[in-house]
Amino acid sequence: MDTDQIDRIIDKHHGEASALIQVLLDIQSENHWLPKEALQRVSDRLQVPLTRVQHIATFYKAFSLVPKGRHEVHICMGTACHVRGAKRVLDTVQELTGIQPGETDLELKFSLETVNCLGCCALGPVMEIDGKVQGKMSVVKTAEILNSID
Amino acid sequence: MARLSSPEELERFRQEILSKRDPSKPCISVCAGAGCIASGADEVIAAFKTEIDRQGLAAEVTTKGTGCPGFCERGPVVVIYPEQICYLQVTAQDIPEIVATTIREKKVVDRLLYVDPATGEKAVHESDIAFYKNQERTLLCSNIRIDSKSIDDYLAINGYSALAKALSQMTPVDVLEEVKKSNLRGRGGAGFPTGRKWEGSRNAAEKIKYVIVNADEGDPGAFMDRALLEGNPHSILEGLIIGGYAIGSNEGYIYVRQEYPLAVENINLAIKQAEIYGLLGKNILGSGFDFIVKVHQGAGAFVCGESTALMTALEGRVGEPRPKYVRSNIKGLWERPSVLNNVETWANVPLIINNGSDWFTKIGTAGSKGTKIFSLVGKITNTGLVEVPMGMTLRDIVYKIGGGIPGGKKFKAVQTGGPSGGCIPEQLLDLQVGFDELTKAGSMMGSGGMIVMDEDTCMVDVARYFINFLTDESCGKCVPCREGLRQMHRILTNITQGKGKPGDIEILAELSETAVEASLCALGKSAPNPFLSTLRHFREEYEAHIREKRCPALSCKELIIFHIDPQKCQACRICLKKCPAGAIDGSKNTIHVIDQQKCTRCGTCFEVCPPRFAAVQKLSGVPCPPPIADDQRMIVRKGKEK
Repeated sequence: MDTDQIDRIIDKHHGEASALIQVLLDIQSENHWLPKEALQRVSDRLQVPLTRVQHIATFYKAFSLVPKGRHEVHICMGTACHVRGAKRVLDTVQELTGIQPGETDLELKFSLETVNCLGCCALGPVMEIDGKVQGKMSVVKTAEILNSID
Repeated sequence: MARLSSPEELERFRQEILSKRDPSKPCISVCAGAGCIASGADEVIAAFKTEIDRQGLAAEVTTKGTGCPGFCERGPVVVIYPEQICYLQVTAQDIPEIVATTIREKKVVDRLLYVDPATGEKAVHESDIAFYKNQERTLLCSNIRIDSKSIDDYLAINGYSALAKALSQMTPVDVLEEVKKSNLRGRGGAGFPTGRKWEGSRNAAEKIKYVIVNADEGDPGAFMDRALLEGNPHSILEGLIIGGYAIGSNEGYIYVRQEYPLAVENINLAIKQAEIYGLLGKNILGSGFDFIVKVHQGAGAFVCGESTALMTALEGRVGEPRPKYVRSNIKGLWERPSVLNNVETWANVPLIINNGSDWFTKIGTAGSKGTKIFSLVGKITNTGLVEVPMGMTLRDIVYKIGGGIPGGKKFKAVQTGGPSGGCIPEQLLDLQVGFDELTKAGSMMGSGGMIVMDEDTCMVDVARYFINFLTDESCGKCVPCREGLRQMHRILTNITQGKGKPGDIEILAELSETAVEASLCALGKSAPNPFLSTLRHFREEYEAHIREKRCPALSCKELIIFHIDPQKCQACRICLKKCPAGAIDGSKNTIHVIDQQKCTRCGTCFEVCPPRFAAVQKLSGVPCPPPIADDQRMIVRKGKEK
């Protein structure tokens, strides 16, 4: 991500310090993670100490300080999905990909996250891959879907 | 479009919109809420548009994607106006038939109608379906009628008339008094009287005040605010502007989770439209009242749903709660008086102003007025959003609206109030829903999640699940919450893994007491609730886990074993092929046996074993039966006996 892109985002929010979270969210959504240079640039432009920028970047769940894989897998761990067996779906994904929630594999193929409710409780347990919701997951179906992705 | 500069102009404009619309013109409404989209609503909408173009009907039929009407279980939901024919579980393949039969010939496609499972009767209209029939839908009813991206649609159903009424016929104090008289209580969880909160801010000396919409809906399993924001964003905006007028604030904020991208998009669009029409900005409808609204996206922190944490986050800082020696309606955002209400609370305001507080107080119980939207989820036949009058019993909600527990399973408990709420067992099912009633039963209203659990749900695991959630979401400011919850989670995890010790329950109770007493905000204060309420109603499950190392619900992985009943196994090889661990031994005509050393307890064999055999069993608290002797494993099938 180059400095111009970051500056454009900061200008959109008029360079106000109170817009710090909104600026970081925009960078995250364009770049999928927050490189150190981006944090430094934000800190300089908004005149907010880098420690505070990092405090925000590590406190909120939306931000990632490491690059993400090509496919983002989100397992819904909301209560409705939990009582319908979300843990078993998660276990299956972990076994097949070898990564824990919050991690990305070495080939940068999958990133795994658990999320708290995707709002499709009728379809639980739910897994979201690259923004597409897959409902009524079973262990067998989870494995089939993951194996079909390259 | 010129700004509307008076209530009369708004009314004229509304009539103009209505006069251009032919009520008998067919309109196809397809729910485009998150649940229906996940079941393929996008393809259905696209298929309708293609088919209507193909048949040359584009001028005669309107197709729109609307907000969520609530019946997620049977999505995608399609309602065809003016007849109000309701089709469920529609797929793109059904579209040519719907257009040919219903739009062209005005006949009903029978196979897409709702069939009552009890009577076998088919329901043509939404209102005939048991799921809807027993609800009282004052807020959700508009969702399926309007295109959530169209302000004209909202105006066509009398939108912004409450704002016009408030600005032209009522003083700010009148508005405040009306809301106070309505006895509206905050829908976000605590149930604080809205009018009193407003009054505090109105009377505060500081000139600059704020009104804020809390749309940081974080409770897992609750999505009613999302449905309102996505489906009918103008109703919330209208409520907010009226609130601003009542307390004397000219600036509003909407704090919405970034996890709800469609809600963010729709509310931003709604604000732009309202600005163009002159319903936001300077001198709204010629009243002299100015008001602007800004949207702030939350970055993913459950604690930011707490009022003071949310305000800190709005200031661009880390969302940590602060002490409330002075309430935030006196000193909130940037130390100024700030009224923060939940989405659903704001959505109720235009209804109260339009229909009057007397209308509102007619619905509900003594302490809780109006309706409440619940998201009815979990082990329930009809998952979805339900709006019921306060005072309806839990039994009616679960059985009459929800259709009971699927699969012939037994009801165990219903969990209300989100992570900080509690579980209500079967013996209390006749409890009326209301703020005070639920609190008395050891749970709370919360934002309105209602998660139904059946006999297969382990209550210790449920407590562990919520404590885990709250441990993750604790901001870390107060020690009893940060460290206490972590210890509680550790002990509960041990119990579910069969490593529980006598005395664990007492330590948990002690940690709970400290967290309740010594945490700053409601997150920590109410965090032990899931443990306390499950202990209160299901103590025997805790004891079974600790003493007998047995999980009565057969759910805790470490405490169960899977076993194939040799009497029932038909050696069909399905489980053998599907087992991901390769733990099943057997062959055609040889009874299958699970190698307990290799088994990962994933449950696949239990899932795939044909129900007519039901040979795979879950066992807990008993030793695994010895494997069947090899010479007895041959199955001699009928007709092949020699």
